[in-house]
Amino acid sequence: MNTLAYPSGKHIIKQFLAARIQFIASLPDIVTSSGLLWPISHHKELELIRICKEDEGVSICAAMSYNDTRAVLLMQQTGLMDSLNAIRALAMDYQLPVVMMVGLQGKEPEPKPEESNVYGVRIIPSVLNAMSVPYSLIQEPDDVFEIKDIIDACYRNSKPHVFLVGRTPLA
Amino acid sequence: MIPRDQALIRMGGFIADEDIVVAVYQTLFDWMEIKPRVLNYVATGAMGQASSHGLGLALANPERKVFVFDGDGSLLMNLGALATIGEASPTNLFHFVFANGTYEVNGEHPIPGGKTIEFEKIAQACGYRQTFKVSSLVKLEKLLPDLFTKKGPTFVALKIVPGKQYPRRYDFIHSPEARENFRRALTGKP
Repeated sequence: MNTLAYPSGKHIIKQFLAARIQFIASLPDIVTSSGLLWPISHHKELELIRICKEDEGVSICAAMSYNDTRAVLLMQQTGLMDSLNAIRALAMDYQLPVVMMVGLQGKEPEPKPEESNVYGVRIIPSVLNAMSVPYSLIQEPDDVFEIKDIIDACYRNSKPHVFLVGRTPLA
Repeated sequence: MIPRDQALIRMGGFIADEDIVVAVYQTLFDWMEIKPRVLNYVATGAMGQASSHGLGLALANPERKVFVFDGDGSLLMNLGALATIGEASPTNLFHFVFANGTYEVNGEHPIPGGKTIEFEKIAQACGYRQTFKVSSLVKLEKLLPDLFTKKGPTFVALKIVPGKQYPRRYDFIHSPEARENFRRALTGKP
């Protein structure tokens, strides 16, 4: 019997709104597709920017931050890996508040990302650690309730953050 | 072909104090000397990203015009941004590509497709409302007065050659001071 609990997409969206997020830049990610991205695409208070490549989203979010317009980049870990140079430059060298939410495609529901059997998942925490990019895990239902405070802190302190989504959010 | 500095001088006459200008590489260095102003956005960080910064600024600042002075090599590195911009369709975004067919500051090596690509046609297909190609200063002078009175997103491919070259101030464009100056000018907050 499956006893796993899953995070709620509705609660994640509530946390975004409580943190004054206005824009979501995204490429579809199968982990967050039905529970998060589709609801966001229909949401009246969030404006979705459909991008062609994830580093566009890093730049869009960084540029918006100059007048405290708040945004989240929603993507898959493959897109995170494809965006490392933009993250290096804008989020780390320039210390801009780029907030990213990353679905870990292929990750098993139970383990932590660094314990995954999937190489492309297992390396993500190490890559972020090597770059000194702050991150946290959204895996259990209660994990979502820290999202607002973390986003607020990102914009208050002009620092980036990556939320790693380790279990598929339910709509 | 248009000398780049002459294009920038002409365009400078149409940029208002409250407008934002995002420029890259030698075009940026020339622009900073030709038209020094606090709302020049100089910190795009990674090559190819100017148009994406411009989109973010245009959506976050709908009351201002946002100008992107891109390079052709830079645009090729982020070509999908044309589709993203076409889809988002910000009416206040004016995207110029200064096309010289080379990676100028990286040793003047030719870009792939530099002699054949028609960027304005790609931009048109991606949904920009106005698209133009301009290859002479006379034609640019004719185009500019009406260009900014119409809704964007607007795309202009300028066929350019280097004009007077200005110093490459990499230390300034990557400095915290440059970003903080821009933030203060944009928000009016100390």
